[in-house]
Amino acid sequence: MIKQLLADIEATPWGTAVRESTWLFPTIESIHVLMLVLVVGSIMVVDLRLLNLTSRNRSVKELTDEVLPWTWTAFVGAAITGTLLFSSSASKYWGIWQFEAKMAMLALAALNMGLFHIGAFRSVAQWDRAPARPPLAAKLAGGISLCAWVIVIALGRWIGFA
Amino acid sequence: MIREFCVWLAATSFSQQIQNAFWVIPTVQIVHIVSIAIVMTSMAMLDLRLIGIAGRRQSLEAMADRFLPWVWVTLIVLLCSGSILIIAEPGRDLQNVVFWTKMSLLATALILTATFQRVLHRNKGYWERHRAVAALLGSVSLLTWVGIVAAGRWIAYVEHG
Repeated sequence: MIKQLLADIEATPWGTAVRESTWLFPTIESIHVLMLVLVVGSIMVVDLRLLNLTSRNRSVKELTDEVLPWTWTAFVGAAITGTLLFSSSASKYWGIWQFEAKMAMLALAALNMGLFHIGAFRSVAQWDRAPARPPLAAKLAGGISLCAWVIVIALGRWIGFA
Repeated sequence: MIREFCVWLAATSFSQQIQNAFWVIPTVQIVHIVSIAIVMTSMAMLDLRLIGIAGRRQSLEAMADRFLPWVWVTLIVLLCSGSILIIAEPGRDLQNVVFWTKMSLLATALILTATFQRVLHRNKGYWERHRAVAALLGSVSLLTWVGIVAAGRWIAYVEHG
């Protein structure tokens, strides 16, 4: 059933178009790289703040309000371009372990973010007064996020060598 | 002449060692792209602040002090990792028009950034007084960096020596 689904994805007009064009894949891939560097770079700004290593004079809430809308916008761009690239050869990517591991890492990053939002971030007003010192749970979330996203990049680049 | 240089460089034992170790190029490329994430995001933050559409709660000077040191330090990492990639596959880069386009854009971006930083420190308040110039510089700089990232990926897709 999954095989049929992957074949159907490849047969979509966009999957076919990306596969058959000489310039579409590199063009979409360039946009994908641009979006993902902005996603990861901006998340690093937040993670390093949570780890209390940078932007220490700034409130965590203020910083996330400022940075995260850009992160989400870039993430939507990365997800759309990533889906297009995947559609061009869905059944090929599905069997590559680097691709599977990348998806698992993205899920881990999402889970980590979700736990942070229902956990330590709910009481941000209490620990965010200057000089804000994020509690251990927040530092942990920042550290896990930083590692997860660097691994996502590494696995993503590695797909190209698989 | 570039062709002969590429042939010579590819035959050096340093280049040969890299070519024979399958993991070096992917690993160095990963370091390169993580570094690009740091530089690109820092420059985007600063350029969007110059244009006036992001980070206005902070002064331009605070923003520059926060991000520019990361840009300069990470550029050194990019220079080193990029050099290793060139040594590993000289013809792929040095005989490639997209590579030289990327280098020209990089030179432009570095001149713009250094000029911005110099004016910021020598002529206090200049960028706040000249909003239009600031917005223009931010826009040109942002487009240049976008071009650098795009050209970097396109190097792999163009016919080369």
